[in-house]
Amino acid sequence: MTVPKSSTESICDHCGLPVPDGLYEPDAEHQFCCNGCKTVYNILHGSGLESYYKIKSAVDSNAQPAATTGSNYEELDDPAFQSTWVTESDEGTAEVELLLEGMHCAACVWLIERLPRVADGVIDARANIRRRTVCVRYNPNDIKLSSVAQSLDKLGYASHPARGKEAREIRLKEDRRFLIRVAVAGALAGNIMLLSIALYGGEFDGISEAWRTTFRWYSTALGLAVLIWPGRIFFTGALAALRTRTAHLDIPIALALLSAGIWGTLNTFRGIGEIYFDSVGVLVFLLLVGRWIQHRQQRAASDSVELMLTLTPSSATLIDDDGNTKRVPIETIEAGMSVQVAAGESFPADGTITAGTTTIDNSLLTGESVPITSGNGDPALAGATNLSSPVTVRVQAVGEHSRIGKLMDLVAQASEHKTPIVRMADRIAGYFVIVVIILAIATFIAWAMIEGITIGIEHATALLIVTCPCALGLATPTAMSVALGRSARAGMLIKSATVLEQMAKPGTMLLDKTGTLTAGQTTVVDSYGNQNLLTAAAAIEQSSNHPIARAIATAFDTDLAATDITQTTGQGITGTVNNQHILVGSVDFVLRSTNSEIPPELQPKLVRLLDRALTPILVHNAETNTFALIGVGDQLRTDAATSTQSLQRRGWNLEICSGDHPRIVESIAHQLNIKTHNGGVTPEAKANRIAALKESNTGSSPIVMVGDGVNDAAALASADVGIAVHGGAEASLEAADVYLIEPGVAPIVKLTDLSRSTMSTIRVCLIFSLTYNTIAASLAMAGLISALIAAIIMPISSLTVVAICTRAGKNVAPTKSSTHSLESV
Amino acid sequence: MSVVYIMIPVALLLAALGVAAFIIAAKKGQFDDLDTPALRAVFDDDETPPESIKEKSVTNDDDAAV
Repeated sequence: MTVPKSSTESICDHCGLPVPDGLYEPDAEHQFCCNGCKTVYNILHGSGLESYYKIKSAVDSNAQPAATTGSNYEELDDPAFQSTWVTESDEGTAEVELLLEGMHCAACVWLIERLPRVADGVIDARANIRRRTVCVRYNPNDIKLSSVAQSLDKLGYASHPARGKEAREIRLKEDRRFLIRVAVAGALAGNIMLLSIALYGGEFDGISEAWRTTFRWYSTALGLAVLIWPGRIFFTGALAALRTRTAHLDIPIALALLSAGIWGTLNTFRGIGEIYFDSVGVLVFLLLVGRWIQHRQQRAASDSVELMLTLTPSSATLIDDDGNTKRVPIETIEAGMSVQVAAGESFPADGTITAGTTTIDNSLLTGESVPITSGNGDPALAGATNLSSPVTVRVQAVGEHSRIGKLMDLVAQASEHKTPIVRMADRIAGYFVIVVIILAIATFIAWAMIEGITIGIEHATALLIVTCPCALGLATPTAMSVALGRSARAGMLIKSATVLEQMAKPGTMLLDKTGTLTAGQTTVVDSYGNQNLLTAAAAIEQSSNHPIARAIATAFDTDLAATDITQTTGQGITGTVNNQHILVGSVDFVLRSTNSEIPPELQPKLVRLLDRALTPILVHNAETNTFALIGVGDQLRTDAATSTQSLQRRGWNLEICSGDHPRIVESIAHQLNIKTHNGGVTPEAKANRIAALKESNTGSSPIVMVGDGVNDAAALASADVGIAVHGGAEASLEAADVYLIEPGVAPIVKLTDLSRSTMSTIRVCLIFSLTYNTIAASLAMAGLISALIAAIIMPISSLTVVAICTRAGKNVAPTKSSTHSLESV
Repeated sequence: MSVVYIMIPVALLLAALGVAAFIIAAKKGQFDDLDTPALRAVFDDDETPPESIKEKSVTNDDDAAV
């Protein structure tokens, strides 16, 4: 390996990204872009796993630094955790499923499955790339679970225990049963077809009665098997729909299958007349394949959401009576305990702060964009983020008794009261059944009068069979699964396919502000005054963890060092930079401390900042007696204006509904040109607003909620379509139907386009399949249909429909980053 | 031609065996993950663990990982 002469030529030996100047070591043989990469590189070389680089260069062009967290994962060793997540086998081995961050290519799979080389005691590791999980079998006597997780972490994959094991196993069994049904239907349909070809041949060239009877009996046996085993789901579906008196596509399908089954069997006994079992077999098989594809696509979306749910912290730092700290699973926390919450962590339970002073970000809980300074005796709510310094909290309420738990109750209630949507195909099926039955009765009466009752029944059943809405039944799932796949590539995960039907028409969209339209972070939006003074302010603010301080420190990058720093909590900070005494703080505080008036040239700027609902920060230099003004606030996302404009152009009514201060909401609404806006809205009021909109909604236009916080969760659940934006709270993820996997609201515009194009594709398919059904019905009414004609038209019409459907949502461009953006959550 | 009377049941029996094999495979979870096995096929088996690891893994079932 040649050593590059300067850092500009140097790339990281692990991930291939450029090495930053500060980390470049001229004398070293290997260069790394970060410590994580260095750790992983050394482990790989120490364990004989260098082949990783060979594989990686062959399969993956995506450079990504290793994300080691250095966490010790000791909470995984807690007995309470072990009993819920770890399964022990009879041979004394234990098995655990872990979700991994950062697994994305074949080289990752290779490396993860070599875990036994790195960690003694691990028996084997099986990765699953689609779900991003690894199933680790290990010997609990030789290695602790925390060491397993540490080893994975050292390889660059932060691991999280997979939640909901039982639920997942039930789903897995359901998936397998579904697949078996498809396979059985396929095998039976194929064999019936073989027998039918002999029968068709016999129709043209003649066949001995003995052969004909034999083949018909075999067809009947296999056909009934199709109906009873894989085809049963259509009957149960139809029965369930009838019981709830709702229209469902299963009803006409079941009607056709039932008539074919009964009439075919009767004809086999009679030895004359058509049997339609070949069509029945192919029909059941095709319909099942269509549904299976959609099922898989939806499962993929819900699996990805589940992964993100698991990424939220599930452990807390408990302080015991002796003052020792210990990481424990969040489930073991009870009221009365003391927990320590580090800066950057979220509070595990509701409680009171007993030691320390910090700033708390409540934006996910209440929608307030300005963090609150809290100290001894102040409340802290579960789910809020501790921003600046570690605090000790005495727990008062956990789980369902906490504020967040009560909000989740609201979500559950909202989901329960949500009326199910009648899908377009089902709605059509409702009319379809009535028309087909009327036509069948008419056919029966007409033919019974001309040729007798038996012929009447024969033609009427033939009509029922050939009008089976097979193409219709295939169109929706195929188009939907194609669209769901496209939407995932375009940056959104859709949990339910009905979303695409609902979003096709413009309606009313309620937008949350903090974290949805805005970034949800305090940044410097504007500044006035001498640049030197501003960088001096940044130098002082570097030493503070307050969100405003950090915003200023990042905005004006500086190498200056500040000394003699004194902080006045919630007011301001003073220090010395370049021998000059600098004061930074709220306008009141700075003016009071310096005993002066605001300079006249800054006065109009201050008014403008206040108008824009920004927080003004004043900087003062005591030596020169000069002032500078900085406006900080939660800035609009870069794509917010264009996206809301596009939505309005498409006919959507937009409305901002935020828990933040009305003045801030008004300013944002003004900037986005949105007329209806409400500030200071409680989570309950948000859900009520949705309910009121739904109440007054006469047409079929959808009521959509877009939000990110726990305070939006109930509204997300009760809206026709709930859309959770990137980086939202766990509760909003669970309540929403759509989850955006990239920051910003731009994907929502794509979603409306995708829905529209999908629905128009489905409509084309519907017209096509209805045309086919009309032709088939006329032939049957004229008494001209035969099993052979049915067997030819049915699959051809279905395949045409599938071909059309693959075009669903074709005009929606995939987002390049979306395939890897899950890891950045 | 009467051989058909035997051949149809035989053919159906073979088909049934195929279906049965599929069902067993599905129930054992062979179709749960359709993506990762495809990736495993690209790995070579030629890697040799360094001496230090080799000694330790004598008692371990090293093949289980590959």
